[in-house]
Amino acid sequence: MKRFALAGNPNCGKTTLFNSLTGSTAHVGNWPGVTVDKRDGVYKKTPEPVAIVDLPGIYSLSPYTPEEVIARNYILDEKPDCVINIVDATNLERNLYLTTQILEIDVPMVIALNMMDEVEKAGDKIDAELLSSRLGVPVVKISALKENGLKDLMETAYAASLKERVGTTVLEESSLAHLIGDVRIALKGQGVKGPLFHAIKLVENDSIEVEMHKETIPMIDEFKATHEDDVFGDDFEALVADARYKYISEYFAPALSKKKQEKFSMSRSDKADKVLTHKVWGIPIFLVILFAIFHLTFSEDFLYLGAIFKLPTLEDLGLLTEDADPLHYGVRLLACIYDGAVFSPGVIINNIWNNMLVGELFGRLGGLVEGSSMAPWAVGLINNGIFDGISSVLSFLPPILVLFLFFSILEDSGYMARIAFILDRMFRRFGLSGRAFMPMIMGFGCSVPAMINTRTLADDKERTATVRVIPFFSCGAKLPILTAVAGAIVAYFGVGNADVITFLMYLLGIVTAVVTVLLMRNTTLKGETPPFIMELPAYHAPQFKNLMAHLWDKTKHFVKKAFTIILASTIVIWFLTHFSFNWHFLEDEAINESILAGVSQLVQPIFTPLGFGSQLGQFGWVFVVAAVAGLIAKENVIATFATLASCLVAMANLNIGGLDIAAEEGIDAVQAMILATGISVPALIAFIAFNMTTIPCFAAVGTAKAELGDKKRFNGTLIFWITSSYAVAAMIYTIGSWWWTAFIWAAVAAAATALVVLKNKRAAKTVKAV
Amino acid sequence: MEKTLDAFEIGDVGTVKRVGGEGKIKRRLFDMGITPGAEVLMRKRAPLGDPIEITIRGYELTLRKTEAACVTMEVKG
Repeated sequence: MKRFALAGNPNCGKTTLFNSLTGSTAHVGNWPGVTVDKRDGVYKKTPEPVAIVDLPGIYSLSPYTPEEVIARNYILDEKPDCVINIVDATNLERNLYLTTQILEIDVPMVIALNMMDEVEKAGDKIDAELLSSRLGVPVVKISALKENGLKDLMETAYAASLKERVGTTVLEESSLAHLIGDVRIALKGQGVKGPLFHAIKLVENDSIEVEMHKETIPMIDEFKATHEDDVFGDDFEALVADARYKYISEYFAPALSKKKQEKFSMSRSDKADKVLTHKVWGIPIFLVILFAIFHLTFSEDFLYLGAIFKLPTLEDLGLLTEDADPLHYGVRLLACIYDGAVFSPGVIINNIWNNMLVGELFGRLGGLVEGSSMAPWAVGLINNGIFDGISSVLSFLPPILVLFLFFSILEDSGYMARIAFILDRMFRRFGLSGRAFMPMIMGFGCSVPAMINTRTLADDKERTATVRVIPFFSCGAKLPILTAVAGAIVAYFGVGNADVITFLMYLLGIVTAVVTVLLMRNTTLKGETPPFIMELPAYHAPQFKNLMAHLWDKTKHFVKKAFTIILASTIVIWFLTHFSFNWHFLEDEAINESILAGVSQLVQPIFTPLGFGSQLGQFGWVFVVAAVAGLIAKENVIATFATLASCLVAMANLNIGGLDIAAEEGIDAVQAMILATGISVPALIAFIAFNMTTIPCFAAVGTAKAELGDKKRFNGTLIFWITSSYAVAAMIYTIGSWWWTAFIWAAVAAAATALVVLKNKRAAKTVKAV
Repeated sequence: MEKTLDAFEIGDVGTVKRVGGEGKIKRRLFDMGITPGAEVLMRKRAPLGDPIEITIRGYELTLRKTEAACVTMEVKG
């Protein structure tokens, strides 16, 4: 099958064209070795089907970014049958800069002049024939959005692919022509294929080419020595870039005739931008948009209608009673949408998906399994191990998709680039760019989409650092742990205020993230703050089709990547909680005899500095078990609290008074655990802090693994999570128990800071000396 | 009059004279169209004062002041 590659600038409509051409055959993966999206699909309307490969969006074929290296290696090494270069007709000059570089490779090429509809709407004209005769390759006018000219484009590309093409260059007419010609002849003599491209890159001092043609460099340097230039001196990289743009403005600019002659006119997009990035209002507007996204996704009181109008709950209405028929679908559906308040769209989708569809399906399947004649352990394995694993993967889908939808809208509309613009100043201090903000803030919703979205970050180290701290932005599923433990502290010890404790814990997460990012960027993930030279694309309304294609990609990606790891780990944890050391199957209530409880008792001393270790006596292991259960999904911690509490009551003959252990919020269960273990307030706070900052749920771990790619980095990330949670929890416990230890911690922190600063200074000095 | 791009006031127009800076940053500036002779309009500063936004070759580009300092401009009167 023939292969056509799509190449072009970011924001030139490449993805739209790709989606229109390939439709349902599209397939998204990663390029080998790097987490840059690799899309391929099939176009069927040419005489024979053609495979379409979407190369990453790039501005140039320089050796500096992974995207550019991928695109260039693909065209050079994989030799596609034709390169379709998409050029945004509304931004001709900069787009043609890449064109002049691809032109130099020996590969058939066709130019797709995209967004012609917008050019025509503005009353401008482009002379495609003039362009085509200058470039020596066919130029086809299209509108990827309106699907105009696609057939023509593909037929032209197919015809082009039948003939060979030898690279040409616009540098022929520059002062460099002679030098390039000499190098090309030398390379040709050595039998190098496609000598023109390599010759130009060698003249540019391109690091990849220099590495490849080491032995030829002295000769090239000799050639270069004879070339003199008064403006650039011996800066050949600058000379080449300058010559390209000079040629473009001289010969291609006439192809565009503009209706309005002003150079810097105000478009509609500019007017929108005036408000959205306003000096005073820019940041408040951004905060409102952010709040709206979270409100629409997670709020259980949409527009605060419930609170404002004091709406009745379903129980008040007499619809939901103790003995109501559980299979009454109408009421259940209503309960997904309304209960004393109208839920936000995100919550409604989540409820319908999890309570009605997935819950229903697995509930019924579980019932079938239970009704069968299988051994109890097999029933447990299938129901609590496998089914719970699968449904926990699936239960993540609604928040991921809804958050992604908003995220894609922000990205496609062009606003995301402005967020980076607004916030870059703040983030630079931590060695990150403004782009890192969105993934972090999304972490408050769910770590999984947040981690996937770190792809918008160009710098690898910045990405790793961001992925690592995302779980510290306490996600929706961690909130129940916070409220249960905070509620129990208030109820049992009668100190503090549950809301304040919860809020402070969120704050603690943010502080931990900031401190650890600073630490990483100065030690293990050291690197310069990545440059911030970025296009601000014109605003435009997001395309429904594109959004859906985007969502579908993410869903497939998540389910595929996260599935195995989540399922496997759920089964392992199930096994550890339901089997004793002598391989006896245990009921839920006998969790105290399980392997996990045994191991927890063994490792209990490790947690002594955190306050929930040996000092809690014989029942102290319950907190360790709850933390481990939280790895499956943080929601499990509460469920485990209930199981553990009932175990404790039976084992320790606790007099728990009026406590309702099975209550949903888990507050009473935690109180029973406090009663049995005698755990202190600082230790309880340390426990929630530990849960918040330690290894996140398996879904997030699986995503982190997929996104980091590199195995060493992933292992480092696991160690990072364990260490930081241990340190944070130990600090809280010790300072909370003995206030004067604050001085010790402060001294340690000061010493560590001084050490890092000194070491970096010395390293900087050695670099300078070299 | 010559000044570096980071010293531009909002609304200033000028042409690029020279581009300096470390290899990777300089190449990126070139690739984005900041080459000698290109016309630049200083559009705005971000709410926190940095980065800046310019119009060049018919599109909007944002860059930090430290990066803009690498670009020497000829200011138009």
